[in-house]
Amino acid sequence: MNASALLILSITLPIIGMVLIIPFGGRWARNIATAVLILNLGVAALITAVIQCKRQAIVYASGGWAPPLGIQLRADGLSAVMLLTTALIALAAAVYAPREFSSGAETRKSLTFWTLLAGVCAAMNTIFLGNDFFNLYVALELLTFAAVPLVCMSGGKATLEAALRYLLFALSGSALYLLGVALLYGACGTLDIGGISSVAQPGPTLWAAIALMTIGLAAKTALFPLHLWLPPAHAGAPPVASALLSALVVKGSFFLAVRLWFDAVPGLIGAQAGQILGIMGTGAIVAGGVMALRQERLKLLIAYSTVAQIGYLFLMFPMMGQPEALPGGMFQAVSHAFAKAAMFMAAGLMAEAAGSDRLDCLRGVGRTMPLTACAFILAALSLTGIPPTGGFAAKWLLLSAAFSSGQWWWALAIFAGGLLAGGYMFRALSPVISNVTQPAVKISRTQELAILALAICALLPGIFPQKPLELLSIGRPKFEEARP
Amino acid sequence: MITIFGICASSLVGLGLYGLIVHPSPLRKILSFNVLGCGIFLLLGTIARRGADAGLGGDPVPQALVITGIVVAFSATALALMLARSLNDEDDQ
Repeated sequence: MNASALLILSITLPIIGMVLIIPFGGRWARNIATAVLILNLGVAALITAVIQCKRQAIVYASGGWAPPLGIQLRADGLSAVMLLTTALIALAAAVYAPREFSSGAETRKSLTFWTLLAGVCAAMNTIFLGNDFFNLYVALELLTFAAVPLVCMSGGKATLEAALRYLLFALSGSALYLLGVALLYGACGTLDIGGISSVAQPGPTLWAAIALMTIGLAAKTALFPLHLWLPPAHAGAPPVASALLSALVVKGSFFLAVRLWFDAVPGLIGAQAGQILGIMGTGAIVAGGVMALRQERLKLLIAYSTVAQIGYLFLMFPMMGQPEALPGGMFQAVSHAFAKAAMFMAAGLMAEAAGSDRLDCLRGVGRTMPLTACAFILAALSLTGIPPTGGFAAKWLLLSAAFSSGQWWWALAIFAGGLLAGGYMFRALSPVISNVTQPAVKISRTQELAILALAICALLPGIFPQKPLELLSIGRPKFEEARP
Repeated sequence: MITIFGICASSLVGLGLYGLIVHPSPLRKILSFNVLGCGIFLLLGTIARRGADAGLGGDPVPQALVITGIVVAFSATALALMLARSLNDEDDQ
């Protein structure tokens, strides 16, 4: 079989799942979605293996038409890493979710949840494989439409308000992105990423296009100061939906920003522009950290920690020229995704056991569910950046990029963020592991194991950094050359 | 002619963005988003006209983008209106 067929499978499989779920109904939804997500993990692993063996990107020109006429799908090292991350987290969500979303009876809740789970997966895969900015716009919108209903799944006025606010932020973001795409097409005459990088000339139109697209993507990624929609939306959703939203959905628009800055127009953007994104990232780290410290509810604390951790992702843009910057940002994206998914799911179980997610109600809850508490602690260590976790590897790479580019001020932001993260994670952990006896509760072992598996995945990039580093560099000539 | 269309497109974008930021009510925000969208589609049309080859009315690629964009904006509006309506129903209860 031709390797490029894998790219099509990766996009179509989850969509086939969505289409099948609708006629078969909510009773079958769980089985269909789980089967599709297992196959999807297999496809993601195969794509990674092929890229790893051939040491080059997989390319598929749809309909046999090469760009500029046709639209290309392309999987390089970055796509492979993100595809694997998405597939693993979506599968863990499918293992965790049944107790809430699959009672065996035909319910609207189970029908919508499993359809949306497959939808998020399809949209993320399209974002990682797309190589045309308009195609990517459609994928981004598909992601928004799958994510917004997840926010208000539990119903009620507060979650509806959060969902509407999220949708309005996301729509403004995508409108600005589309405006940028229009200008980009006007300036370059193509929307293919490779085509743009070969014809783009620096000039006011190109800069305006990049600025508009970046602002739009920042609004969708919830980069400070456009983060206002995130905490109510992520904290109000059911735990497994929060995990998907915080771990995956915000990474989709971030990934597009990476494609735009590092692949489409590398070297055409002035150093000042990167500094602006870095300042916004620093603002996110500080504001998110301080707000997380002030929260009384565990899920809101975790949501504000997402705001802070997104800040780190944007610290790579001011240091674009350094070979460590891009892997640093991608390590952060991956380890944050695993750690945050584990953390939201663990918070869901603990809140269920304690009857509330208020920090003072959670006293001693870790003693009744040691596996969950252990996963929560591992995830917290990774977010704080303690070695040997993935979060540590990410922050280490970003720090070395900051020092080797002479921009030492970003190191201060990373240190401050680490201190704040230590502070708010301590606030969350101290009631959980405190020595108070709680009444024993019945907990599901499968759910606990899914959470633990995610938390261990967050450690892996820190323990074995070499493999992902190699993988990230495949299909990226400029990055290879830049390495010493 | 192209200049006029370009100016119209940018004013629509400006108006839409202004409305989206300033108006507190969801319905007005959704309408502003549609005005903003119209501005973008008009801009794409202008770009198509500007990039036309000799003997053709316009570059077909931006026109294809407009059609897809309209479909996406339509579904976005539908979803937003549905959410706004459910929110309104919650308020009434």
